[in-house]
Amino acid sequence: MGIFSPGFTGRPRKASEDLPPGQYLTKDFPVLSAGPTPRITNDQWEFTLTTETGEKRKWNWKALQALPIETINTDLHCVTRWSKLGTTWRGVSIDALLADVDTSAQFAMALCYGGYTTNLPLTELLDGKAWIAFEYDGSPLHAEHGGPARLLVPHLYLWKSAKWIAGLRLMDRDAPGFWENLGYHNHGDPWLEQRYSEA
Amino acid sequence: MAVTWQIATVVSIRRETATARTIVLRIPTWRGHIAGQHLDVRLTADDGYTAVRSYSIASSYDAATSDAHDVELTIEQIEDGEVSPYLVTHLSVGDSVEVRGPIGGWFVWRPQQTEPIQLIAGGSGIAPIMAMVRASTALVAEGAIAPLRLLYSVRSPATAIFAEELRGLDARNLVEVTMVYTRGGPEGWPRRIGRVDAADIVVACWPPDASPTCYVCGPTAFVESAAGLLVEAGHLPDLIRTERFGSV
Repeated sequence: MGIFSPGFTGRPRKASEDLPPGQYLTKDFPVLSAGPTPRITNDQWEFTLTTETGEKRKWNWKALQALPIETINTDLHCVTRWSKLGTTWRGVSIDALLADVDTSAQFAMALCYGGYTTNLPLTELLDGKAWIAFEYDGSPLHAEHGGPARLLVPHLYLWKSAKWIAGLRLMDRDAPGFWENLGYHNHGDPWLEQRYSEA
Repeated sequence: MAVTWQIATVVSIRRETATARTIVLRIPTWRGHIAGQHLDVRLTADDGYTAVRSYSIASSYDAATSDAHDVELTIEQIEDGEVSPYLVTHLSVGDSVEVRGPIGGWFVWRPQQTEPIQLIAGGSGIAPIMAMVRASTALVAEGAIAPLRLLYSVRSPATAIFAEELRGLDARNLVEVTMVYTRGGPEGWPRRIGRVDAADIVVACWPPDASPTCYVCGPTAFVESAAGLLVEAGHLPDLIRTERFGSV
């Protein structure tokens, strides 16, 4: 701890085990994006999985909806320090998308409409930890929040949950994505406060 | 990126509008910043509770000047905010706060950029935009780059931050400012009163074929709208950088 701020009381607080260190609760759903919001219709939307050998598999909207759809109840933690607890989503798990895919890759790059990218270890996307989400709070996902579909990896800071998801590229070697190239942490675990790169 | 917290001292404070003021912080170790970067500010209550918020730096950095360790934050008080009311109404000259930075490498303008620059700010979104304006004036004066163009949307003249400084720079052709008033303009204001619309983008901004890099900063709804209008007008999404202020 550093210095006290005389006269600063802060918001009324009750200890919450659900709140990672350095986060505060919000009931809003703030929007943070690096550029304009891409406008993609469901008909235009397509998801491409590219393996480390260059093999491609594609799903259009209809094909995505034909996969097992899960309801996800989760907390969201943004690196800009807001957290939103108890959100509800619907989507398809990455496990379902990778079920028949033969890969030994250990990393993945999420690729998005609009050009955004973010990198993740493949293990962080599997075993029910990540989804392609297309519904939020009972409604189709709004474009501002990444609709028609976004990656949802809620156990990591929200910049890893790439909006306007267009595909995953599986990689043998890790490589930084958009924010990871601009000083943000490579991994982004909110419970370890992995906000910024130490370099 | 410097990740260590430092203790900064408030060396002066300027009132900007009824709800915004500029706090000048002296930071012991400051290696400079790029226009558009942020500073994290941490407050600690007497029970150890801390709150951290990130604020855009409004000043430009010039290694040649003696006050290079002074960083200016221009902060608008958010109703129901946790940190901004303390910074805008409580903090005094001589007080200390903890800071960390500079942070951010995307919503920035570097002096090496020679392409036309279009700035669009809504309300207190002017803070990082003003850092870009200030950082560019010397190069504009030398004729090295074209004046940056700024479209600045505010509710009324009284809520416009940096209005006088911008008028002065505009008069000296160091920046080209177009004001948009959404509620009420100055007496005899010849332009339409209302939100930034497609016509404003055409009239006040660099045309798409000049391939300007566009920086849009303000409240979420403002940025969504203005960035969308730029795309509709033919600007490439790849050349539009945005920074959205949530309501938290």
